[in-house]
Amino acid sequence: MISREQAVLDEVTRIGGVRSALLVSSDDGLVVVESALEDQATEAAAAFAARLGGRLATLTSALRAPPMSVLLLQATAGQLFVVVGGPGLLLVAVTSNEVNIGEVRLALLAAAGQLN
Amino acid sequence: MRAIEPWVEGPLKTFMTESAARVCLIMTGAGQVVAQHGFTRSVDVMTAASLGAGIVASTRELATEIRAGSFGAVVHQGSRLGVYLAPFELPAAPWIGLVVFGPDTSLGMVQLFFGRMVDELVRAAPRDEPHRDVLPETFEDELNASLRTLFGR
Repeated sequence: MISREQAVLDEVTRIGGVRSALLVSSDDGLVVVESALEDQATEAAAAFAARLGGRLATLTSALRAPPMSVLLLQATAGQLFVVVGGPGLLLVAVTSNEVNIGEVRLALLAAAGQLN
Repeated sequence: MRAIEPWVEGPLKTFMTESAARVCLIMTGAGQVVAQHGFTRSVDVMTAASLGAGIVASTRELATEIRAGSFGAVVHQGSRLGVYLAPFELPAAPWIGLVVFGPDTSLGMVQLFFGRMVDELVRAAPRDEPHRDVLPETFEDELNASLRTLFGR
């Protein structure tokens, strides 16, 4: 039997171009639940996403700006999406550059809504 | 940073830079210090090494006792500081890493870059380590020389 969280992540990875979807502890950057293709370095993505999310939260707080809703980091060989996935949790997706950004963004926000 | 084995210095330096950890101690499975970064007093190093090796030995025995195979890293997370203690295998012998980190990094980052440091150490380690007695006649002299190397005194 798969957990509710696993089912939600599996739904995200069904989108074309999504390599992995992770639920990550925002404090320590560890993977809580994951749905990933083989050979994906999910630990590294989780650690970096949590650190990045933490730094961004500090920045937005210092600027007295509202907290982030979606963080998108674009690199030459892929993209990293981060949204808040619940109290103390982040929902992270690692995708290729060919992915439909809007579709992934909506799927992550919908997934976060189911997890909250 | 001080290291008795020069080939440890590069991977340890990279680990400290990338993980943003505060203190790191690398020791043999018996608790003999190989390298350290962040300690200022030799007595702290010797105490941390003894306690770290003791904890790893205790958890290994506990794993045997409850037939759990083997345990990996031991982590203690407090509100201000965390401690990551992990045994790892080099070609010649088992070693132990003890890392102290603060809120400026995370357990995930420490774990990630510690794994990379271990990979680098395995690649850099000399393959033919000469056999040495655990407590040779020159133990005290070697210990003092090691402490001088680690603290530059």
